[in-house]
Amino acid sequence: MTAADLKKGERAIITEVIYCDLQCKLLEMGCYCGKDIEMLYKAPFGDPIAFDIDGYTLGLRKEEALKLIVELK
Amino acid sequence: MLNLNNLDELPLHIVLVGNPNTGKTTLFNTLTGQNQKVSNLPGTTIEEKKGFFDYDGVHVNITDLPGTYSLYPNGEDEQITTQFLLQHSDNKIDAIVFVADASNLERNLLLYTQIADLGVPTIIALNMLDVLEQKHIAIDLGKLSVELQALISPINARNGNGIKQLKNTILKTKLAVQRNFFSPTEEQKKLIALQTTEETDYTRWHIIFNQFKYNKIEGEARQQFEAIVPFSDKIIAEETSKRFSIIHPIVEKVTLKNTAKEKTLTQKIDAILLHPVWGFLIFFTTLFLIFQSIFRLAEIPKGWIEDLFSWVTVILKNNLTDNTFSQLLCDGILPGLAGVMVFLPQIIILFFILALLEDSGYMTRVSFITDRLMRKFGLNGKSVIPLIGSMACAIPSIMATRNIENKKDRLITILVTPLMSCSARLPVYTLLAGLLFIEQNNAIIDLRGLLILGMYIIGFVVALLFAFLFKLILKQKQRSFFVLELPDYRLPKWKNISITLKLKIKDFVFNAGKIILIVSVILWFLASHGPAKKFEAINQKYTNYTLADRALKIQSERLEASYAGSLGKTIEPAIKPLGYDWKIGIALITSFAAREVFVGTVATIYSVGNADDESAITATLSKQTNGETGEKTYTIAVVLSLLMFYAFAMQCISTMAVTYRETKSIKWPIIQFLYMSGFAYLLSFIVYQLFK
Repeated sequence: MTAADLKKGERAIITEVIYCDLQCKLLEMGCYCGKDIEMLYKAPFGDPIAFDIDGYTLGLRKEEALKLIVELK
Repeated sequence: MLNLNNLDELPLHIVLVGNPNTGKTTLFNTLTGQNQKVSNLPGTTIEEKKGFFDYDGVHVNITDLPGTYSLYPNGEDEQITTQFLLQHSDNKIDAIVFVADASNLERNLLLYTQIADLGVPTIIALNMLDVLEQKHIAIDLGKLSVELQALISPINARNGNGIKQLKNTILKTKLAVQRNFFSPTEEQKKLIALQTTEETDYTRWHIIFNQFKYNKIEGEARQQFEAIVPFSDKIIAEETSKRFSIIHPIVEKVTLKNTAKEKTLTQKIDAILLHPVWGFLIFFTTLFLIFQSIFRLAEIPKGWIEDLFSWVTVILKNNLTDNTFSQLLCDGILPGLAGVMVFLPQIIILFFILALLEDSGYMTRVSFITDRLMRKFGLNGKSVIPLIGSMACAIPSIMATRNIENKKDRLITILVTPLMSCSARLPVYTLLAGLLFIEQNNAIIDLRGLLILGMYIIGFVVALLFAFLFKLILKQKQRSFFVLELPDYRLPKWKNISITLKLKIKDFVFNAGKIILIVSVILWFLASHGPAKKFEAINQKYTNYTLADRALKIQSERLEASYAGSLGKTIEPAIKPLGYDWKIGIALITSFAAREVFVGTVATIYSVGNADDESAITATLSKQTNGETGEKTYTIAVVLSLLMFYAFAMQCISTMAVTYRETKSIKWPIIQFLYMSGFAYLLSFIVYQLFK
């Protein structure tokens, strides 16, 4: 499953960041393998999505969240 | 780590580097106080903030670089930071102060390790330890300092705690040496060997990478390079992962976490502000309040400024002998200055509210909830505030687009912003609406008000449509993305806001103001001067009239004989298809200084004594007839056509000046002028022909 599939309040671990032109940007923002991630809120129409990445809030568009493969905790 | 040799007393140059939202700007303000200056870096719209402080007999210059998450840049401002740091010997950087958010240590340290590898003496100013405390997390600073082999100075940029110790440390950082975190791979080293500068391996690697990325290495050399290291984002990804594999264990070792996870205050507030229903309601209420305060609140000081200028003008006119100089002063320079100053209340209010929203952290939430909608039109969540703001005035709004990172999104926002109906159009709308509904003033619903509301809605819809068009036309090199940190909410800091306001006001008065003033003087000249023979003839003609009557008649005939008058007659053939005569033509030309000049100009043309009395103008206009055909000049068709023209034509030289300043290219204000005026012309033509 990807980070875009997480439901509100669900916590997961990032297992892979899919290679794309945003991969570096996502890594730099702390979304690397092994990192905890929690889905916090969705904007109206379900996009963008806000996540809790180890204590800070990160907003990602849905297409960007699809690049994060996660495993439920 | 520290080598306590003699410290020389030469001035130091330090730079502030850090992630966005770490309190870097607050620290800069705390360190420098009023001793700061903002200038645009050459050839860019990126601001360079410089300041200084004196401490213990040493003069310390500070440059505040744009916040960035990594040395591998994503946007224009991040690129500036990297370039500036790579040229550290040219820029004479003695030390880097790395501002880190303690509550977000791991991600912050990524950039720190990159900076440390550049080999410039670096000190960590660890900010927001109080936020960490609220989250029930503790950091062992001693341990962290040992692990990173770095000088760490805990600070609270907001209340000034730890600043003195930081300054002490800054004077010694020049001698600090930090550990190395990442060494380029063997392949990368082969490339680096081709460089002969005396930098660290990592700096040399970045220099090569930059040259490669921005196509400064071409042809055979490029192929040669690529044979050694295939350039792709993978290299960056690998490096970033390696760095985190060093940072993560360090952070684990030095932090004491409270495992019980409870919602933070920010998360509690976000539950409401980002709520699908409440979030939108609160957002629209905020917009409504912004709109109201720009509109209503600004009117009061605006009135004072207008009164002040007319008072000064009257006094000067009564006390100066009537000559070209006093006319230039009273009819050219003073109205021009007034034209600059009347915008100030709106600019101050708009920027105050924007700074408040930005500083508190709400602005990023607005972008978050509107991004989806705006994206469809080639805009971005961050375009919303400028668009709303331009219902008051496009000038501060265009300046407020600076925080849109994506170049294309920002450009489109700048291009369509002036399509929104600004407050300068309001007097024109009011006058024209009065002409349309002259007999229906007593209806239960004020039809004029309804018409004006309609004009605002049309403006917004057309702005979105053109944004969509530009999205299709403009080419995009940079990918549009929305990876946005939503920072914790914080109480706005008044010092930050007042400093921001001061800089913006100075910026407006001295840059945009200059151009408004010059154009006003030119317009004054054109409208008050003309061929001497014609002017003399007019004076002769009215020698027998009573004084008051004569003054008005002469004024109106002089306008006709003036250069502006002949211009109006020259453009008459072009505006005839829209239903306008040469008199309206003059008003169109003078409206170029600012749209509201329309009202004053028609008042002068038709010799209405008091330009402040709107009903008098309406009455006079409705009686005007065409000299040749005897038909009414202001028919419904003409009024509607004028409405469309004033809604969409680019008639604001100040806006074009600001567009030029913000895009650094004469191309964009010209395009803005052509597409807006072209569209206005077309629409006015259609409307006039339909209702004729």
